Amino acid sequence: MDDNRTLIEIRDLVKHFGSVIALSGVSLSVRRGEVMCLLGDNGAGKSTLIKTLAGVHKPTSGDFLVEGKPVSFASPRDALDAGIATVYQDLAMIPLMSVTRNFFMGREPVKGVWPFRRVDFDHCDEVTREEMHKIGIDVRDPHQAVGTLSGGERQCVAIARAVYFGAKVLILDEPTSALGVAQTSMVLKYIHQVRQKGLGVIFITHNVRHAYAVGDRFTVLNRGKTLGTYAKSDIQIDELQNLMAGGKELQAVSAELGGMV
Amino acid sequence: MVNTTQPTTDLSPPPTVKQIQDERLRDVSLVTKIMRRPELGALAGLILVAIFFASTADASMFTLAGIMNILSPAAQLGILAIAAALLMIGGEFDLSIGSMVAFTGLIFGAFLTLNSWPLLLAIVATFAVAALLGGLNGQIVIRSRLPSFIVTLAFLFILRGLSLVGLKWATGGSTQMRGIGDQAGEGLIRELFSGVAFEGVFAWLAANDLIGKFPNGTPTVTGVPVSIVWFVGFALLATWILLRTRAGNWIFAAGGDPNAARNSGVPVDRVKTALFMLTAFAAALVAVLTVLDAGSTDARRGFQKEFEAIIAAVIGGCLLTGGYGSAIGAFFGAIIFGMVSIGLTYTRFDSDWFQVFLGAMLLLAVLFNNFIRRKVTGER
Repeated sequence: MDDNRTLIEIRDLVKHFGSVIALSGVSLSVRRGEVMCLLGDNGAGKSTLIKTLAGVHKPTSGDFLVEGKPVSFASPRDALDAGIATVYQDLAMIPLMSVTRNFFMGREPVKGVWPFRRVDFDHCDEVTREEMHKIGIDVRDPHQAVGTLSGGERQCVAIARAVYFGAKVLILDEPTSALGVAQTSMVLKYIHQVRQKGLGVIFITHNVRHAYAVGDRFTVLNRGKTLGTYAKSDIQIDELQNLMAGGKELQAVSAELGGMV
Repeated sequence: MVNTTQPTTDLSPPPTVKQIQDERLRDVSLVTKIMRRPELGALAGLILVAIFFASTADASMFTLAGIMNILSPAAQLGILAIAAALLMIGGEFDLSIGSMVAFTGLIFGAFLTLNSWPLLLAIVATFAVAALLGGLNGQIVIRSRLPSFIVTLAFLFILRGLSLVGLKWATGGSTQMRGIGDQAGEGLIRELFSGVAFEGVFAWLAANDLIGKFPNGTPTVTGVPVSIVWFVGFALLATWILLRTRAGNWIFAAGGDPNAARNSGVPVDRVKTALFMLTAFAAALVAVLTVLDAGSTDARRGFQKEFEAIIAAVIGGCLLTGGYGSAIGAFFGAIIFGMVSIGLTYTRFDSDWFQVFLGAMLLLAVLFNNFIRRKVTGER
């Protein structure tokens, strides 16, 4: 493996919440220009893992390296500054606010001297329109509320925002789970576009089909542990499905049902 | 950026406004643009109310003196309403505003009469105490994660009670404190907070027969009451902050979805605390203005102003759920209040219709806002 290309690497990451062991030894890495799919059923620890990578939680133990250097994030802001941007399932978008205001939320460019310092909204509008144009979203007016966009469009705006603000690694938390077919393909296409730009993408999903469509490597998470990482060439879609559903249990169920599963 | 020319059939956009046009950018109709302004309802309401009074009230209502009469109560309420609007957009309520006016009025009076502090020091100290109390309100709400409705309801009673107890203690049993005006003295600071402004302009206007004057040459209206100047200034400042600054964007974000805002790096807790401090600050400003004007303070000062301020903010387009609204809307909302409360005395209607009107206006505003919100977000 070419180590220069590794953006994030975690080894044996453990996270306890009191007596609950949410993660008990997770290892994964993501490289430049690849889509790493993190697969796991409900309760596998996906959310905890993302939140740890995003700086919301601190790991109990284990190594967390960004571009080869060990890091310890105190807040989501630290993770953002390190180039790790997370697009949450709930989107971090505010429906009542305009596309522009959402796009620059928390990172508004200002002009003028205090006390006359103000947000450079002309610049913001222009950038927003341009960025939306690039990803092929018809933003009729950057002042329109985000609530008027479709789910897929909103997801793409959230991703575009992270890319625009210089993310090196994108963590996408189930970006397609609430979307219809056309909108899913729109988001997957955009993920592919982001990969070509050289970013690393961690794509979290429990939909194997979506993962297989766009992923380069697949890490399967089960009960707080990584079952392994597989390159696309090494694994078939049904194997992946079996792994995700928790290997052993499925075999047991299969035996019980007379080898039907 | 692609810069295409408008199709020749399109007559709507004004040629003076140069805009970068995306070739797929559909023109947003003027109606949609206007509908998107949260203060639309308040402005429409103000026009309706003005038409109503223009046709029913005595003509003297719309003279210069009449308008000053309307704007004076509107200004006091408006300063509170604008702060309440910002707080509501930020996703919180403050029901203690009215009691805060009484309480800060008391401590302002006490600083002047009991401590014999100079006016400037008394004002600064009053604002400091108010900001502290507002900050306390905010911190309790944020740390306990309780609804601000209930926390500030507690402070509504605590501060009103403290005002009563404190007044009796300070005056030896009375619920009114007199002699504040004499203690305040005269000077520049006093003139900033009481009396009228622009006297020179009005005198000049009168001298040139542009406004009414008494036979001896003094104008019938000697100037604009300073509270109105503060009201207009505060409305402009709040609007600028809300629409043009980073803090404004954070206020919308904090009220729209605090989690999403936090995830995007907005310091939501700091924004909310600052907003609670601002409402308390506005209450203190109203206290200083009204106490200096009257020369005394009493325990009923600011009574029920919290509700009126919230109503004015809602009429001004603020959603109860936060994240949407405008300061200029609250400005118009407060003027509607002033116009109706004063205007009824110019008509032959019983002025107690005011309360009926108030409730009806609130209900209409909420229904209208709800409709607009669905339009804006495309919710169905």
